[in-house]
Amino acid sequence: MELARAIVLAASAIGAGLAMISGVGPGIGEGYAVGKACESIGRQPESSGKVTKTMFIGCAVAESTGIYGFVVALILLFINPFINML
Amino acid sequence: MKVSDFFRGVTEIDVKGPHVIKSFDIGGITINLTETIVLGWFLIAIIALVLWLMTRNMEKVPTKKRQIVAEWIVSALNDLLDDTMGKSFRWFTPYVATIFIFSLLGSLLSLFGLRPMTADFNVTFCWALMTFVMIQYTKIKTNGFLGYLKGFCAPFPVMLPMNLVSEVSTPISMGFRHFGNVAGGMIISSLIYFALTGISTAIGLSVPVLSIGIPAVLSAYFDLFSGFMQAFIFVMLTMIYIASAAEKD
Repeated sequence: MELARAIVLAASAIGAGLAMISGVGPGIGEGYAVGKACESIGRQPESSGKVTKTMFIGCAVAESTGIYGFVVALILLFINPFINML
Repeated sequence: MKVSDFFRGVTEIDVKGPHVIKSFDIGGITINLTETIVLGWFLIAIIALVLWLMTRNMEKVPTKKRQIVAEWIVSALNDLLDDTMGKSFRWFTPYVATIFIFSLLGSLLSLFGLRPMTADFNVTFCWALMTFVMIQYTKIKTNGFLGYLKGFCAPFPVMLPMNLVSEVSTPISMGFRHFGNVAGGMIISSLIYFALTGISTAIGLSVPVLSIGIPAVLSAYFDLFSGFMQAFIFVMLTMIYIASAAEKD
């Protein structure tokens, strides 16, 4: 029983770590978005307000996949549904 | 972080949902009175009081400072609405303003050492559901009920499952986005307190001196910036979704 518990706990921790790999995608995506926004502000400085607003919304939408991974990691770490299944 | 933690330091990380203050049992359904609900009602009272004080004895030509501030807030929100949705959606301003102020103050509660209200998925999901209902209502109002049902089969009927999934995922993603950002900030700041306490004990200080000042810098990002940004993004997405639902197709 102790061994099974240990295995489940270790697997949950590893799973949480793996789930956080999902942070890579939004990072790259938001980097692209911000880079393009900087470019377009450089080209047309008078449109900076609108571009910034649109960029923030785009970043927030791109971020959601990372947030899903984060929520999965949180559930694995702090609620741990699998330990009750033993 | 509690006040008592200031002297002893944070020696263990404990991430839990909001405290359940009292449980009611109504007809077999358990209803929990949680920290979130109490803080939420507290905020509602404060917001109502402040707004009442600001808009008392209004004059046609404002001379008092509080009325000028109130008019500035209203016109700023109206301009935001006009920019994103167009002038025909002026009636929508109160909803947007309510969500924005409530969400902003709910996230900023963490500055007072309380649990931020928006770090509870129930709260953000509830707001997202209200937005979802409004989107569906707007769609039915613009296209009629049959047109609304037909909209799910656009551009061709094979796309029906995809359209259903994308429709249902709207409130879920909106709720999780706001919740995840605020809860993530909360957990990261508790990790920082834990790490700083650990470092202080490792170098032989009984009072965690290191946790003075350093967390404040990070709190400026995680509490102020993130809280404001998420409130803004939530209302922006609400407005964009509803404005796009009002387009005839």
